[in-house]
Amino acid sequence: MTIKIDARGLSCPQPVVLTRQAMEKKQPPIEVLVDTVTARENVARMSRHFGWRVAIETLDDEFKLTLTK
Amino acid sequence: MSERLTRFFASRLGIVLVGAVIGILGPLLQFLGNPKNMGICVACFERDIAGALGLHRAAVVQYIRPEIIGFVLGSLVAALVFREFKARAGSAPIVRFVLGVFAMFGALVFLGCPWRANFRLAGGDLNAIPGLLGLAAGIAIGVYFLRNGYSLGRSTKTYPIVGYIFPALMVGLLLLAVFQPVFAEGGPIFQSESGPGSQFAPLAISLSIGLLIGFLAQRTRFCTMGAIRDVILIRDTHLVSGLGALLVAAFVTNLALGQFNPGYAAQPIAHSNLLWNILGMLLAGLAYALAGGCPGRQLFLAGEGDSDSAVFVLGMITGAAFAHNFGLAARPDALVDGVLTVGGISPAGMVAVVLGLAVCLVIGFGMREKLA
Repeated sequence: MTIKIDARGLSCPQPVVLTRQAMEKKQPPIEVLVDTVTARENVARMSRHFGWRVAIETLDDEFKLTLTK
Repeated sequence: MSERLTRFFASRLGIVLVGAVIGILGPLLQFLGNPKNMGICVACFERDIAGALGLHRAAVVQYIRPEIIGFVLGSLVAALVFREFKARAGSAPIVRFVLGVFAMFGALVFLGCPWRANFRLAGGDLNAIPGLLGLAAGIAIGVYFLRNGYSLGRSTKTYPIVGYIFPALMVGLLLLAVFQPVFAEGGPIFQSESGPGSQFAPLAISLSIGLLIGFLAQRTRFCTMGAIRDVILIRDTHLVSGLGALLVAAFVTNLALGQFNPGYAAQPIAHSNLLWNILGMLLAGLAYALAGGCPGRQLFLAGEGDSDSAVFVLGMITGAAFAHNFGLAARPDALVDGVLTVGGISPAGMVAVVLGLAVCLVIGFGMREKLA
């Protein structure tokens, strides 16, 4: 079961905090929706830092990050 | 090409290089005329702008600082070039305004934003150390709230014109700075004849350096609050490596330019009142953490279309006006004929800091989303 996080419109570091909390509680994969390049970079950097693989999909002017372990 | 540049700026090397560039340019601006240990200070410079407009009448701190204008417009250019400009609005603007007001109260009790705290330390002002400790403590309290579901709520995408309003205000300020119109006898526009407001690098240089820093900081997301926050929150040292580079580069540049004078007492535009250096920055740090960025970062976000950050900046400018009109800002140490008068803050300033902390705690506890 994929965990889905909608972090669109949230200021940093909330997308990172929500993703990190999902990582601590649940099993992969995690899907994170963000709408700024900054949030995309921050979530991706934090995920790689904790040993997760990151796949990024660009949807119009939003991004979907799929995180797997 | 654009994607490769974006990756470079997002890399560790990118943030370190940009931190170092800012660290060199700050002391250089001081060398070229800006006030001592104040090559760049976002809070002080916004306060000077408030003074130039006559929002407060502290005669020694009135000047339209081109660096601030450059920060916003440089960020705007970067965001447009790299297609990241995105007008957004609606994430608790009035809360951000209030946080901006109290952030400025805290900053003016310490006498500087986090950028200046680092420039002060790099110039030998050891009072910056308790200030930075207070800043870190304030950010740590903010991290506690973030971990417990604190949220300003979502912003939504809106009409591009909404995102252009704040940059347009900066263009207006630039026109006032260039043409220096006088609206009434004696001003506004006000211009200090003595004190920090009368000390400035040539306008074209200040503006150019501001534009460059705005561009680079938009690309790298340079943020002094985020630097400390990310270390506490997720043990991420990315942003703090940029801040470290700033401090080291500023220290070396100050040594090279003969601007390093270590000590506590009678440091330029600073006071040596330990407690209020800590508490002022603690309030400011908490307010920056709750608002999601240091004063510099808020300007860069405002440049890339974030109108909520623009509201925070307007809160800071308003806060500066109140701080000086109501005598809340700290008085610097003074050394006159060999006699040292230790500065500090008024009872009203103390009340303002305590009130600010209380308001921040109410916001931190009151704006929590239930976590899944």
